[in-house]
Amino acid sequence: MAHAVSRTANAHGGHGAGHGGGHHDEHHDQESLKTFGFWLFLITDVILFGTLFATYVVLRFSTDGGPTGAELIEINGIIVSTFILLTSSFTSGIAVLEMNKGNKRGLIGWLAITALLGASFVFLEVNEFMHLVHEGATIGTSAYWSAFFTLVGIHGLHVSLGLVWMISIMLQLGRRGITPVTKRKVSIISLYWHFLDVVWIFVFTIVYLMGVM
Amino acid sequence: MLDKIKDFASEFFVTGDPLILGAQVSIGLSVVAIIFTLTFFKKWRWLWTEWLTTVDHKKIGIMYVIASLLMLFRGGVDALLMRVQLAAPQLDFLQAEHYNQIFTTHGVIMILFMAMPLMFGLFNLVVPLQIGARDVAFPFLNSLSFWMFFFGAMLFNVSFIIGGSPDAGWLAYPPLSELSGSPGLGQDFYIWGIQISGIGSLATGINFVVTILKMRAPGMKLMKMPMFVWSVLSSCITIMFAFPILTVTLFLLFIDRYLGAHFFTLDGAGNPMMYINLIWMWGHPEVYIIVLPAFGIFSEVVSTFSKKKLFGYKSMVFALMSISFLSFFTWAHHFFTMGSGANVNAFFALTTMLIAIPTGVKVFNWLFTMFRGRITFTTPMMWAVAFIPCFVIGGMTGVLLSVAPADFQFHNSYFLIAHFHQVIIGGVVFGFFAGLYYWWPKVFGFRLHEGLGKWAFWFWNIGFYVCFMPQYALGLMGMTRRVNTYDFDMGWQPLNVVSTVGGFLMGIAFLFQVWQIAHSIRFYKKEQNGDAWDGRTLEWSIPSPAPLYNFARLPQVTDQDDWWEEKQRIARGEPVKPLTPLEPIHMPKNSGIPFIMSLCWFTAGFGFVWDWLWMAIPGLIGVAICMLVRSFSYDTDYYISVQEIERTEAALRGSK
Repeated sequence: MAHAVSRTANAHGGHGAGHGGGHHDEHHDQESLKTFGFWLFLITDVILFGTLFATYVVLRFSTDGGPTGAELIEINGIIVSTFILLTSSFTSGIAVLEMNKGNKRGLIGWLAITALLGASFVFLEVNEFMHLVHEGATIGTSAYWSAFFTLVGIHGLHVSLGLVWMISIMLQLGRRGITPVTKRKVSIISLYWHFLDVVWIFVFTIVYLMGVM
Repeated sequence: MLDKIKDFASEFFVTGDPLILGAQVSIGLSVVAIIFTLTFFKKWRWLWTEWLTTVDHKKIGIMYVIASLLMLFRGGVDALLMRVQLAAPQLDFLQAEHYNQIFTTHGVIMILFMAMPLMFGLFNLVVPLQIGARDVAFPFLNSLSFWMFFFGAMLFNVSFIIGGSPDAGWLAYPPLSELSGSPGLGQDFYIWGIQISGIGSLATGINFVVTILKMRAPGMKLMKMPMFVWSVLSSCITIMFAFPILTVTLFLLFIDRYLGAHFFTLDGAGNPMMYINLIWMWGHPEVYIIVLPAFGIFSEVVSTFSKKKLFGYKSMVFALMSISFLSFFTWAHHFFTMGSGANVNAFFALTTMLIAIPTGVKVFNWLFTMFRGRITFTTPMMWAVAFIPCFVIGGMTGVLLSVAPADFQFHNSYFLIAHFHQVIIGGVVFGFFAGLYYWWPKVFGFRLHEGLGKWAFWFWNIGFYVCFMPQYALGLMGMTRRVNTYDFDMGWQPLNVVSTVGGFLMGIAFLFQVWQIAHSIRFYKKEQNGDAWDGRTLEWSIPSPAPLYNFARLPQVTDQDDWWEEKQRIARGEPVKPLTPLEPIHMPKNSGIPFIMSLCWFTAGFGFVWDWLWMAIPGLIGVAICMLVRSFSYDTDYYISVQEIERTEAALRGSK
């Protein structure tokens, strides 16, 4: 924070620059601090998902004589939603590119498309869960289904929270335009979005491909 | 209608135990007294603006310390109740059910609501000052962490009088902690209390890693950091990797209980042993999380009071970091008896023994720092000196426990109880006391009475050995943990009586500490010099207590123990570092959101405990609203002008 200002100021060789100039550097520095903090948060989120994956792997055969994943899960729907989420990661990347060009409309537009794709992913997931419950697999059916619904559901919860967050950032962008602060917010949400995409690739591989096919 | 209320109240409040009734009455009276005092002296606004909404790391640190000392009292009373119950065979002082609750809450409170917040308090009070920063990296998040801890702790503690305490042990092993074994609400209080405060701890971990890596004063290279800062870094990195596992584990237990899932149940193909693996993957690193900062404190204290540079700085850094790494590979030594097979047990026995190596390195470093030093036996130094033999013995009994085949004998006996109390009291508690005594003048601007401190010290130490040495023998005689009563013919009574006496000696020691603080406030004498102990590191270069912005000018660091070197230069008459001109200081604004948001978490947790969705859902919505309000507020900081800094500094330095 403040000490960072004077460090930058020192690097420029003096304090005479006055603090008018310092303001800008400082925002810049504070924003990079927050981005770094978010990276560390993502590390903790990796551990969180890692624990859930480990739990799933331990319990993958614990179906207690009840239905297995291979019997009930319809893989085609999952492939569709996988592609939707991957595309949304791509569009969030374009949004950041638009931001770097300084194009506010483009930025908000691509974020909106990302959010729409994310919402359809969540919609498909809820549908899938309803289908499974209808077929008789609930979170209380067996340890396998507990682990399945928890792992996939917590990923879905992450996506849903990301949606609320993304919409709030779009509103802030609309009000304030592209500033160092909103810029940092967009970079962080896009980081988060890519992260969820990577986690989904593991969910898709371990839960669906290895568990079902 | 009246009957309905009566029914509800008898379910809502814990009834039928005179001890608890007494506690309920006294808690009720204290609440009334606090509200009355605050209203009478018109202090509500002061409380809100100065404390509840503060983002100042120094005030947050003080609140952590106060809360943890209160929790030390509660946990200590739990311990003494247990010691009374065990003093004679077949005593009826505590019913079995009540005894179970007390050992559960004693463990949880001492580790999570006493040791952790006392540690976070010291992080907050010291780290920014030692690295020459004006606050932590994320002051708002820091305040949020504190209030999450506070409300989590309150949620846990309220179970004592409302709904019923948890009674499935401090780590709540399933299937006992499942709905089938613990149908009451206590276990839900346990889950939510720890969950809420655990999220706060995780945030603190991230906050301090960023603070230490990114906010050091110019010139302070990593290898020039004070050793306490290194220990905080290693502890916080461990937090980052361990606490998410706790979050998940408690969440899985919650959905087992709440939604009828089958992670750890005996039916539905659940696997209770998986919980025990998961909880110790967090739990073992957790004990290193709390002890590593204590190691850092000892390094500072030993070096300051021996008037010598710390011996073996690099090896100390290496030892801290390797302990934090190895701590993730020892978890299964908590259940060698689970039957994972000889190879698994051998692996975990070896990793456990490996940790003794870096720990031994540290002990030698402290001894060599003292060797040929000019030692002064102030209270902080006495705690540090007493720690060394205590921790060495505790460590060696730990190595005995790590021998997997032998552990089948020691497992869950009083030998284990004696071991972990020896390393946690002898290591963590002694360490945090040393730190508290050492930094007290810096934090509050007055010294604690040394004489009373020494009485407390001797009572603690003698009490400790009298209490826990007999327990090693009791363990070998076959007494297992968590028994609430034993028969006359076991021959355990004499040693148990000795142990109980020791417990009460420590209770007296705590009273001495309370007296010491009260006495020192009563005879308040302002600390005239910011450098109370002729210290070595940056925090001693500024007035006590530190001004809001800590450093009027950011220090330019050139050496390890920079302040000491600067004093040497001044003494030799060499030119001191030139003063840079003052600049406006950028500061975060206070915010009420952390308090309100944590209160919403408390509401949500309380709602889930009672399965009152009408309460839980608004609570969660409140949390979401708080986050959005924060996200939409851009006016979160301000500047302190140069004139104001000059005024403050003149007043502080003038009072010298």
